Amino acid sequence: MSHLLRGRAPVTEAGWALLDSEARERLTPALAARRLVDFAGPHGWAHSATNLGRAQDLADSPEEGVAARQRRILGLVELRAPFTIPRTELEDAERGTEDVELGSLDEAALRIARAENSAVFHGWSAAGIGGVIEASPHEEITLGEDCERYPRHVAKAVDALRAAGIEGDYGLALGPEVHTRVLETSQHGGYPLLEHLREILGGSIVWAPAVDGGAVLSMRGGDFLFDCGQDLSIGYENHDADAVHLYLEESFGFRVAAPEAAVPLPA
Amino acid sequence: MGFDQYHEPAAELPAETRTFARLCASLTEEAEAIGWYEQRMAVEPDREARAIMRDAQGEEFKHFAMDLEFLLRRTPLWREIAEGILFQDGDIVEHGEEAEEEAVEEEAARGAPLPGSESLGIGGLRGSDR
Repeated sequence: MSHLLRGRAPVTEAGWALLDSEARERLTPALAARRLVDFAGPHGWAHSATNLGRAQDLADSPEEGVAARQRRILGLVELRAPFTIPRTELEDAERGTEDVELGSLDEAALRIARAENSAVFHGWSAAGIGGVIEASPHEEITLGEDCERYPRHVAKAVDALRAAGIEGDYGLALGPEVHTRVLETSQHGGYPLLEHLREILGGSIVWAPAVDGGAVLSMRGGDFLFDCGQDLSIGYENHDADAVHLYLEESFGFRVAAPEAAVPLPA
Repeated sequence: MGFDQYHEPAAELPAETRTFARLCASLTEEAEAIGWYEQRMAVEPDREARAIMRDAQGEEFKHFAMDLEFLLRRTPLWREIAEGILFQDGDIVEHGEEAEEEAVEEEAARGAPLPGSESLGIGGLRGSDR
């Protein structure tokens, strides 16, 4: 049994299938970072660090006349989002009910997806993670509220990347508020704004919960590196007479190899 | 005729699983026969009889290879791992470890979970409309 201890939970195989499927369904659309950056792994729970391929001099050496250096690594972070499923819901699922109440799981899925997106796009200093947006050396291009101007802003961002020698396709991450605005907008003649932006970019436009504003980034590969230890999984914490306490968990590291491959688009 | 190759009720198994299980059973039988012929030849003093058994054992090896090929064609990840092990010189265990690591990494990059993993198998989503 793995550290997730799923075998100890009072959940049947059909129950696990239901929970896994629901989690997958909720997580997949919300994991914006994974739609745009390089993904390596999963390497498993025992994978603890990403090799940065660098070393730093050590002031002290155990012996005179011997130079000492230490390898630099990025330790993986662990994210865990707990949730609770009423046992009656699991029992009803076994009876064949179609409307199992899994709200707590849905909320946990969104929380952990937001945490992952936030770490990748805005960084996480306590974990040593630099974000795509924060690391960019390009001048910010403010989106504003006038959607009619978005194609111009996005084209300007693409131009800035091209001028820096960064090839496409280019992807666009948009925070939920801006994304909704884009979806709701048709330009003169009824052409959807989303399609117009897609033509400028050549790559994906993704709904990115927890992202403030947005960012255009190259999808050519090699610029933004997500190193997955244990991919998102459901584990078992404990249970009582009324409910089963579970959690969503993952481990990962993230680093920006080419900061110039993204342009921030604050709201 | 028995139906021992099924571990679960046959009526509940999809057709492709039943076919897969039949070939697994066939692979086992060929492997057993190879071992039996090897033992028979070791104790048989008659040269002509040994020649017949060697010929028959060769047939079992051929059937074993055909069964294995069928099973690997239906399990792409394990086929990839087998490609790193079969017909290679050098340390077999080392090849096994390396082949598995490489194949699993490639599979993972396509978004598949590690074998035996309990993860949701989401992986990377770039270029995906999922």
